[in-house]
Amino acid sequence: MRFHTPKTFEAAVAIAAAASGQTRFLAGGTDVLVQMRAAMVMPDDLIDLKHIPGVKDIARTADGGWQIGIAVSGAELGRHAGIGADWPGVVEGMQLVGSTQVQGRATLVGNLCNGSPAADSVPAMVAAGARLSVIGPQGSRDVAVEDIPAGPGRTTLKPGEVVTAVTLPPRGQNGGDAYLRFIPRTEMDIAVVGVAVNLRLEGDKITEARIALGAVAPKILLVPQAAQAIIGSTLDDAAMDALSAAAVAASTPISDKRGTAAFRKDIVGVLVKRAARIAYERAKGAAK
Amino acid sequence: MSKIHVTTTVNGDPVEFLADPRDTLLDCLRDQLGLTGTKEGCGTGDCGACSVTVDGVLVCSCLVLGAEAQGKQIGTVEGIANGSELHPLQRKFIEHAALQCGFCTPGILVAAKALLEQNPDPTETEVRYWLAGNLCRCTGYDKIIRAVLDAGAEMRGAN
Ligand SMILES: Cc1cc2nc3c(=O)[nH]c(=O)nc-3n(C[C@H](O)[C@H](O)[C@H](O)COP(=O)(O)OP(=O)(O)OC[C@H]3O[C@@H](n4cnc5c(N)ncnc54)[C@H](O)[C@@H]3O)c2cc1C
Ligand code: FES
Ligand code: FES
Repeated sequence: MRFHTPKTFEAAVAIAAAASGQTRFLAGGTDVLVQMRAAMVMPDDLIDLKHIPGVKDIARTADGGWQIGIAVSGAELGRHAGIGADWPGVVEGMQLVGSTQVQGRATLVGNLCNGSPAADSVPAMVAAGARLSVIGPQGSRDVAVEDIPAGPGRTTLKPGEVVTAVTLPPRGQNGGDAYLRFIPRTEMDIAVVGVAVNLRLEGDKITEARIALGAVAPKILLVPQAAQAIIGSTLDDAAMDALSAAAVAASTPISDKRGTAAFRKDIVGVLVKRAARIAYERAKGAAK
Repeated sequence: MSKIHVTTTVNGDPVEFLADPRDTLLDCLRDQLGLTGTKEGCGTGDCGACSVTVDGVLVCSCLVLGAEAQGKQIGTVEGIANGSELHPLQRKFIEHAALQCGFCTPGILVAAKALLEQNPDPTETEVRYWLAGNLCRCTGYDKIIRAVLDAGAEMRGAN
């Protein structure tokens, strides 16, 4: 294995593009090193991105959103008051990843690019409408987070492409988001089901919503039918029932040691209502 | 396979070693530097026995490459006592009998020290969540939690 520490993203892309064997980028390493240890993946070239200037930065964008560097850890994200106030759902999703020790290293982009259908920060990024800046041998592009997952362990990034930053849109008025996962214990486990809801209100009425589901399909899903079920409503019982039904209908889970497919379908229908309620209360709170 | 020359600081002392690019920081501490206080329980981030600090941040040394230590400040369990004088956490672990086999203890001491440095007066719940990534197969955790809370109280009193 060759270990590289490029000082620019262009140099990282050049190394990746020239590599012929297995290539991995190293952010926090909390997936890469586990896979190396298990001999699942032994990269020929491992490209550490943490020597590139700016990768630890969090900055306001011109339109009032947030740009997050690709090496910002979960702990650093959790300490950032501004993002916590605007996008508490994204922060709570990322902070559910692993232990204190894992939080010291794990990143949003690593969580996404590892390609797990159960990745905890991804549903909330999708619901928030987060976007990625990507650079590769063919130049740079801007892509929505929901377009990255391609299936378990797979992404739509092309060979040699690297993510250079994550951008959260401006929160704007009267909005709220939330992420909830179900695990059989209180810490240190992989989501059996994960649900993220992001919505905006006008008065008591929901005018916009985005809902994303984790661990109930081969990849994390954006579910417009679930959003449609609550747009125009005040989250009354009928809207809640329609929301729950839409989330269950969109789910195509597998049965594994963490839960059966039938159990996951039950849980997704319950969690989506709870997450919607929290997002709604947060939007109301923000409206005061 | 070519080795990487790494210069770093461990518990305040400048050190250097040659790392295979695949070696973890845990491997380098134990096998290159002879600092065997840091333990390997799982090698996959689950148990916390390998906890160290890198530039003050608590991490699992089994999930950090030795090569990544270049230019960093590493803190291990060997740096906790002041010469032959035990750290309050170490004394409280003995007083409360917060260890049996002791395999988890170095990692828990390093993790608890990092907690008390950033939160000198944690609640019991905060201690339990902070240490959720440190597994102990012997004590049932209760004595560990009490020892950490007691050490925190003593350290606050001392300041
Ligand atoms: C004990 C333990 C508990 C865990 N618990 C959870 C949990 O509860 N929930 C959860 O979702 N995950 C969990 N994880 C998994 C892991 O911590 C997360 O997925 C983490 O966010 C990965 O981020 P990283 O920076 O460490 O990624 P890395 O390991 O550095 O990278 C992961 C992948 O992303 C790619 N990559 C990284 N950065 C880029 C980039 N900028 N551009 C393109 N590709 C890139 C790498 O090539 C690699 O394939 C756990 C892991 C451990 C060890
Ligand atoms: S040995 Fe590193 S967490 Fe278990
Ligand atoms: S004392 Fe034996 S593992 Fe904790």
